[in-house]
Amino acid sequence: MAREISLAVVDGILIGGVYALMAVGLTLIFGVLDIINIAQGVLVILGAYLSYSLFTAAHIDVFVGLLVTVPAMFIVGVAIHWAFIRRLRGTERTSMTLLVTYAVALIIEGVLYKIYGANYDQINASYTNSTVHIFGIYIEYIYIYGFILAIALVVGLYALLYRTRFGRSVRATMQDETAARLVGIDVNRVAAVTFGIGIAVTAAGGMVYGATTAFNANSGYDLISRLLAIIILGGMGSIGGALGAAVFMITLESVVTVWYPTWSVAVFYAALVLVLVIRPNGFFGQRAVRAQ
Amino acid sequence: MSDLITEPGGKERGMKQLDRSLKAAGLVAVAVIAIGFPKAFPNPAITNYGVYAMIYVTVASAWNIFSGNTGYISLGQAVFYGSGAYALGAAASGWHFTGTAVFELLPFAGLVGAIIAVPVGLIALRVRRHTFIVITIAFFFIFQLMAFNLSFTHGTIGMNAPFLSWSAAGYNTPFYYIAMAYAAGTIAIAWLIRRSRFGLQLRAIRDDEDRARGLGVRTMRVKLSAFVISGAITAMIGSVWFYYVTQVQPSSGFDPLFDLTIVLMAFLGGYGSIIGTALGALIVEPVTLWLNTQPQFSGGYLSEILLGAVFLVVILFMPRGIFPTAGEWITRIRTRGRPAVVPATTVGVAASSVPATSVGSGSSGSSGGAR
Repeated sequence: MAREISLAVVDGILIGGVYALMAVGLTLIFGVLDIINIAQGVLVILGAYLSYSLFTAAHIDVFVGLLVTVPAMFIVGVAIHWAFIRRLRGTERTSMTLLVTYAVALIIEGVLYKIYGANYDQINASYTNSTVHIFGIYIEYIYIYGFILAIALVVGLYALLYRTRFGRSVRATMQDETAARLVGIDVNRVAAVTFGIGIAVTAAGGMVYGATTAFNANSGYDLISRLLAIIILGGMGSIGGALGAAVFMITLESVVTVWYPTWSVAVFYAALVLVLVIRPNGFFGQRAVRAQ
Repeated sequence: MSDLITEPGGKERGMKQLDRSLKAAGLVAVAVIAIGFPKAFPNPAITNYGVYAMIYVTVASAWNIFSGNTGYISLGQAVFYGSGAYALGAAASGWHFTGTAVFELLPFAGLVGAIIAVPVGLIALRVRRHTFIVITIAFFFIFQLMAFNLSFTHGTIGMNAPFLSWSAAGYNTPFYYIAMAYAAGTIAIAWLIRRSRFGLQLRAIRDDEDRARGLGVRTMRVKLSAFVISGAITAMIGSVWFYYVTQVQPSSGFDPLFDLTIVLMAFLGGYGSIIGTALGALIVEPVTLWLNTQPQFSGGYLSEILLGAVFLVVILFMPRGIFPTAGEWITRIRTRGRPAVVPATTVGVAASSVPATSVGSGSSGSSGGAR
């Protein structure tokens, strides 16, 4: 039993890292644009399918393939922002953007269904089948590589946000859009690029997700509901909160699976509800308090 | 409520009276059409459209009672729809109700919906805006998961309704009238709420919740009441739907597209408007049904793409909905050259009862975030 639990914890932390990557994109978009991107889940699936196609059709290694899929998803993100998000203004913007991104998700899901069908696919790279033996447990390489990739990208995002001029303008926009505008920041450009970055990380997240889990176009719903739970728990707009919440929630789910496989997802949402009863703004929700 | 755009009537005198009689005539005409529909088109394939249209008019109007008035967008109405269906199924098999006696259980389904709405509302209504929407989605997934995993719901197989020994030819007609009664009742309730002090309090919450509380509105109690009313109605019509289609599975009772479709109906017709929401349902549901019956759209993905595309067009180009936008055009045409005589009784109300979406530009976008 102890071995199973330790395996579950290790699994949870490794997968949690990947979820953290996807959730950071979501929470970053929320922080800067004040919108919730419901399409994030299906975009992860789109990223997974991109890697899958490159791998099966052109036999490009999934990690090398990221050099193509990440910029591609960045462009998709900027395009979605340009075509739909940027036009929405006014008092009902919150609900409008939510519905728009939901509609975008539906369209992408339908297109994916049309291309790939309803069957479940999985990326079968060499990493996914071979295992490594650490501390008495066996772990597939893809989990470790995926975790390292996620950590590298999150660190990269941190560096971008806290060490560059662009990052400073992003944080300024997150704090106060009007003030950012007044000091000469091109808020629209910042918003477009941030949206692109938030979507671009789904390419990497989707690749690891597609290599560790069987997926079809419908898997986006499951993903987005988990990601939303994670960013609410972490406090919307808080990047550190998203990281912590992702690892915590996925580990919790993974550990509960040891005893109750069918109810583990319910524990996931029950934890969300419980936390919200005690702290309506999540663990790190200072910003969210103001955003209310 | 005078959201319905009536024909341009007399201009100089008796405008109000003519308007009122026109409206009464319109109401009678709508009632005659609604009641006569299954008589005129007895073909079951056609009445099927009628039943679904009425079910969705009810659902969308019930959604509008809560979300349209308070501005809290609920994407979890399927929680009540599915729960109502399962409640009816469980009660009918547990208490051995068969045949038409099953309809006596409809209030029970409503009670179940109301009982579920109280704790869900108490938790979800603590938060606002985005977080509220997400919490309703989370509750939706919790309920779908329970339907998959609880013992009495029979997992993916779902539940079957008790057998109803009506002949196939006239099977749909009683369901049509039941659903129609619910639709009419829900619209009437929505109208009564809109006119009442309660409705004013709800809309005060939509405009500025903190100020409403400052003025003495017991916001939590008011919001929760509307949520419970909406949930109870949705659960009842969900159980009607269940008895009509005779089965429910977790994926059909708790369908994420269901939530989205309701919101599309409301936004298409005019968010916050009673008649607009009902008309939106009357347009969207038959079209969706028809698309699903077409062989070239089989598999569902094309109708999904179309639903998404229509949604995008509506929100981006007609954010106040088709009918208010059309109403503005009519007003503009009618008042060309005479800008001061905008009749407040017809179109002006429709426009003002809908949140001013296009007002303000960049600055209001940011003030939404800082509120």
